[in-house]
Amino acid sequence: MKMKRYAFYLKMVTSSLIRRRSRMFVALLAVAVGATILSGLITIYYDIPRQMGKEFRSYGANLIFIPSEDKSYMDADSLKKAVSYLSPDDIVGVTPYRYKTVKINEQPFMAAGADLAQAAKTSPFWYVSGRWPQKEGEALIGQEVADIIRLNAGSQFFITGMTANNKPFKRGFTVSGIVQTGGSEEAFIFMSLADFENMAGGDNAIDIAECSVSVSAAELDRVSKIINENVEGVTARPVKRISESEGTVLKKLQSLVYLVTVVILLLTMICVATTMMAAVAERRREIGLKKALGATNAAIVAEFIGEDVFLGIFGGLLGAAFGFVFAQAVSINVFARSITFQPLLAPITVFASIIITAAACFIPVRRAAEIDPAIVLRGE
Amino acid sequence: MNLLELKNISKIYGDVKALQNINLSVGQGEWIAIMGPSGSGKTTMMNIIGCMDKPSIGSVILDGTDISKESSKKLTALRRDKIGLIFQQFHLINYLTALENVMAAQYYHSIQDEKEALEALSRVGLADRAKHLPSQLSGGEQQRVCIARALINYPMLILADEPTGNLDEANEAIVLDIFKSLHKEGSAIVVVTHDPEVAQESERTVILEHGKISKIKDNNKSEALC
Ligand SMILES: Nc1ncnc2c1ncn2[C@@H]1O[C@H](COP(=O)(O)OP(=O)(O)O)[C@@H](O)[C@H]1O
Ligand SMILES: [Mg+2]
Repeated sequence: MKMKRYAFYLKMVTSSLIRRRSRMFVALLAVAVGATILSGLITIYYDIPRQMGKEFRSYGANLIFIPSEDKSYMDADSLKKAVSYLSPDDIVGVTPYRYKTVKINEQPFMAAGADLAQAAKTSPFWYVSGRWPQKEGEALIGQEVADIIRLNAGSQFFITGMTANNKPFKRGFTVSGIVQTGGSEEAFIFMSLADFENMAGGDNAIDIAECSVSVSAAELDRVSKIINENVEGVTARPVKRISESEGTVLKKLQSLVYLVTVVILLLTMICVATTMMAAVAERRREIGLKKALGATNAAIVAEFIGEDVFLGIFGGLLGAAFGFVFAQAVSINVFARSITFQPLLAPITVFASIIITAAACFIPVRRAAEIDPAIVLRGE
Repeated sequence: MNLLELKNISKIYGDVKALQNINLSVGQGEWIAIMGPSGSGKTTMMNIIGCMDKPSIGSVILDGTDISKESSKKLTALRRDKIGLIFQQFHLINYLTALENVMAAQYYHSIQDEKEALEALSRVGLADRAKHLPSQLSGGEQQRVCIARALINYPMLILADEPTGNLDEANEAIVLDIFKSLHKEGSAIVVVTHDPEVAQESERTVILEHGKISKIKDNNKSEALC
């Protein structure tokens, strides 16, 4: 018997929604727009670190690997092991470097052997006039080097020095390009690791590795600790200057979005409440009639809340869908990157919509339930 | 015991005395008509009898309960259990079908019963209109749905405020016939009307003027019904 009563309740609520759909549409729109903006903002809020993380990576490496204190270099296998503690999806690039003091025309310079393809990723801010080395015997020289020994792209030069086994060497190189970084790199001569080894000997010995990882500062610290405990011969060190300023920027951005979200939430509630208040005012006579028929205040409130729950569900579903579209549009316009759909956000949006709608309606509906049934006979 | 007793009631709105010193009793199964010019207090009186309003002064005793002392919650319960209401404007819930409108009264009362609701509709000759929305029904049909709804919970007292005021003659006759048969079955009826023909069917006609009963006319019906 209880069930049957419940079924009729549902029938009244759904009939009211379906057969008064042109009226309900306005309320639904209010809920859906609110839900759209909310779910969109929440998506952006949680996606900001990911989006900005990628953005930040253009500032260069935020993690470096150096040999442990007792060692003068790292071997390639230890480095590989250290890198394996990072999630491959987060790694933007890992560039191993080897350094050696050499001479050009009897003037001392620093030669660096590097994985140049990776260097382009870990140091995207490098400005190369000419091009990156592609063939054997090509080198990228810093602006300072170019100024001192007057070299241009295409120039030939010789590097002299001592190999790892203390034998003198002399090798010719072609300048493929000149690099400007605004930093100490401008005093370096960059070549491929293979060329470096051919020239100076000693294999698998890495002096330093620069790593660009799109994770938060905290995560970077955490992984670094793990690496330092587990990988022999390698010390991981986050570049605090970069990772911490990233964190500050992120926090500021997120609290901005958070603030906007709270304001929108309030506006949505006001908007829904106003719409509902109008809807209730319009239905005074119907409420009076129901009360004249013997409906209790609780029964009236229950019917309205039932309608609001349905509105919340539909509005929330629309909001979840359009919210993603909205967040996607913002992401593409602001960050020029697409956003990932968070499946969990759909039920959360629907649930929040129901709560917001019901809360927004509660006061107007409570007041509506107080309507005097006498208005019905008076034909007001 | 009388079904309803109005003891010296007055209803005052600001400085408008809508009702003054009304004394009236309605017996079980009695049919009473209330007539009077517009503004004479007929609707005010119906609202008070129908437990939708309380008098400013005096007491109203409905089936042994003094409603002038009850809370609005209790009044709702009394109205639901003892009274069937019919209005001049055909007040139906516009998004429910005829059948659902009748069932809504059952729902608020206790438990809805589709079969019984259908029977009530066929009683007012609307079995074939059960699935129609109010907007798909004529005025007379809507009023008949209201009557079906008013009698669905077996009220002791049916209150009708100008039930035929907006109907054509054919529909007025149908409604009047329904009232007659309800009366025959023992329902007490209080009907406000401007129509002497409708009033003529009742046992007593109460004439209101300026919020006071100016005359109570006996229509000598009691014998005829026995
Ligand atoms: N809610 C109210 N507030 C103030 N005056 C009212 C109210 N309801 C009715 N009245 C007044 O009470 C008098 C009786 O009204 P009513 O009972 O509706 O008369 P009738 O139904 O006989 O036309 C009228 O003068 C009307 O203006
Ligand atoms: Mg009136």
